[in-house]
Amino acid sequence: MPRTSCRKAGRTGLFCLWSSNVKTNRRNFLLGSAAFGAAGLGTFPHIWSKNSGLARAAGGQIKVGVLFSLTGTTAIIEESLNKATIMAIEEINAAGGVNGMEIVPVVEDPASDPATFAEKARKLVLQDKCVSVFGSYTSASRKAVLPVFEKRDNLYWYPTLYEGRECSKNVIYTGAVPNQQQDEFVPWLVKNFGKRWYLIGSNYIYPKEENNYCKKLLAELGAEVVHEEYVPLGHSEFSSVINKLKAEKPDVIFSTVVGDSVVALHRQYHAAGLDPEKMPMASLTTSENEVAAMGGAAAAGHFTSAPYFMVWDSPENQKFVEAYKSRWGGDKVTHFVSEPSYFQVHLFKQAVEKLSPDDIDPTTIREAVKGEQFNAPQGLVKIEGENLHTWLRPKIGQCKSDGQFEILQQSADWLEPIPYKAYDGQVCTADGLKSS
Amino acid sequence: MELVVSQLLTGLSIASILMLVALGLAVIYGVTGVINLAHGEFVMLGAYCAWFLQSQLGMGLLESLIPIFFILAVFGWAVEALVIRHLYDRPLDTILATWGIGVMAQQAIRLIAGGELRYVEIPAFLSGSVSLFGASESAYRLFILGLALVLFGLTWVIYRRTSFGLKLRAITQNREIASSFGINSARIYRSTFAYGAGIAGLAGALVSPLKSVSPEMGTTYVVDAFMVVVLGGAQSLLGTVASSGILGELSGFLAFHSNDTLAKALVLLAIVILIRFRPEGLFSTRVRS
Repeated sequence: MPRTSCRKAGRTGLFCLWSSNVKTNRRNFLLGSAAFGAAGLGTFPHIWSKNSGLARAAGGQIKVGVLFSLTGTTAIIEESLNKATIMAIEEINAAGGVNGMEIVPVVEDPASDPATFAEKARKLVLQDKCVSVFGSYTSASRKAVLPVFEKRDNLYWYPTLYEGRECSKNVIYTGAVPNQQQDEFVPWLVKNFGKRWYLIGSNYIYPKEENNYCKKLLAELGAEVVHEEYVPLGHSEFSSVINKLKAEKPDVIFSTVVGDSVVALHRQYHAAGLDPEKMPMASLTTSENEVAAMGGAAAAGHFTSAPYFMVWDSPENQKFVEAYKSRWGGDKVTHFVSEPSYFQVHLFKQAVEKLSPDDIDPTTIREAVKGEQFNAPQGLVKIEGENLHTWLRPKIGQCKSDGQFEILQQSADWLEPIPYKAYDGQVCTADGLKSS
Repeated sequence: MELVVSQLLTGLSIASILMLVALGLAVIYGVTGVINLAHGEFVMLGAYCAWFLQSQLGMGLLESLIPIFFILAVFGWAVEALVIRHLYDRPLDTILATWGIGVMAQQAIRLIAGGELRYVEIPAFLSGSVSLFGASESAYRLFILGLALVLFGLTWVIYRRTSFGLKLRAITQNREIASSFGINSARIYRSTFAYGAGIAGLAGALVSPLKSVSPEMGTTYVVDAFMVVVLGGAQSLLGTVASSGILGELSGFLAFHSNDTLAKALVLLAIVILIRFRPEGLFSTRVRS
């Protein structure tokens, strides 16, 4: 009997069952593989057609992906980006959609994990056939999904400020790059406070690139960097840093720490009795969210540079803030990442409006959005056709003890995005990265 | 001179925070031998209690310390009675179980209170800075230093001078023989666990005005706490003080002369070397083997 003999031969369990019922010989093996192969090819016919990967709008509906974490460590911020995106889509649909077609959002939750981001991106592009995906906050998640969008020639809209140094023709970058954040901020700080600078950041690529750019600007202005250091991500014990600040007495503390570290650094600075009028902290990452967590007392007197602040006084921004609060809750705040999440959907709509309904796919949308302008809450913005980044209007804000910012200066005109400005000889063009 | 005093005070401040967090773990691990990976979450829960009591009931930090101790003690009591009690002879399973409790606590807090960073106000009379021997230090940090020493003193007195402490020491030496003397070891273990959890909660509440309150804040603390306890010697309270002092001063010194990232790495390296040459920690109880 097969069972006893196979146990004697040392085969156990399911393998015993399988091997005792199927004759394992060459003929059966070949038949089996042929059947398996035919079944595989039959169920995926689209791999045969060359253009099958392209997503198309169909049936009066335009499908877009929304890829922000709703759970996990970065969910706090990414939730607000999701909300801003959904609100923009609802606004557009309520006003008649895009040439009568409705935008249908497909919302996925990548749970703050870059690998899950890639997996969900693949699903949105391949399975749901979205013509664009709005997503990502961290650079790690953007880098994780990039291969998916480049391979399938789809379009990713990235609303977050980041370190630049990227030139993908499959990403529309609506967040600020280092030159936009620092070109006016750094000279203003040097003029108003002094030339001795202390650079402190979290230990990963974003602060390092920002500091790299900052050092170039400071060298041109004749200012000096008295100390540069990086603390581990999530680090919250800053007493040694405070001691160093007391010893060095810099004129400006240029801070690119992120997350919990922002709150801890500000609170300990305040507890140690240091004075923001003599030694202010200048940051690119302290928004209304961090200020709420650190309390008005610890936040007051320090500076942030960003294209958008919630208090910005313009009719578009008033409309945006009111709509956001009435849709999601009166205690919610808008900040410099949720605002680009909002206006990038409107730029998407403007681009798609220019296209004929049977010609809507990521490549045509990309060509259509180049040069498009929109009256965003921060002011008039434009997509730069050469590098797919956005012309933005940076502002310098000082935090007040009530937790809101006072805008001290705004750029006279919009600033051109130059993602490779810190790297001489490298330019991002429509044909890719050119080095000379 | 001012710099040296500043450095010393910084080191003491870091050491006091380390000791507060590690004291609860030292008591639990030293007496019961349980490797409690949920200890960081006890700290986190204490911080959240402080935030909750402050924002919902308007209680200041100092007056909420005693309620927080009792809330966390009850929680620790429940954890021991429901889970740990069954796993005393299975150390690997306690690791898994306590880690699971930690994960559940973190996600439960995230569901209930949201993932945002929360704000706990520093008591108003402690928000300034104090001048000490020429150097200025935050008044609140000095307060934490003082309170840490007081809590240590309290624990020491309980351990050495009360009959409860006597029973604790007896059970630590040999549980079976102590039980045969009529000591209810199960109840003593439960009280110890509750006390350790309560102290951890206090640590979380005290630390929260200097940093912020978030669901993940506990994970860094559990690593630091274990380092302190292992270095100091598992069953020695004095070892906890000594090792937190050494580690605090060392981190502060190294961070001042280089940066925090390097300091963390070097401190870990120092611990590894020390443990290599003295595996039982700095202070070990002599046992007849």
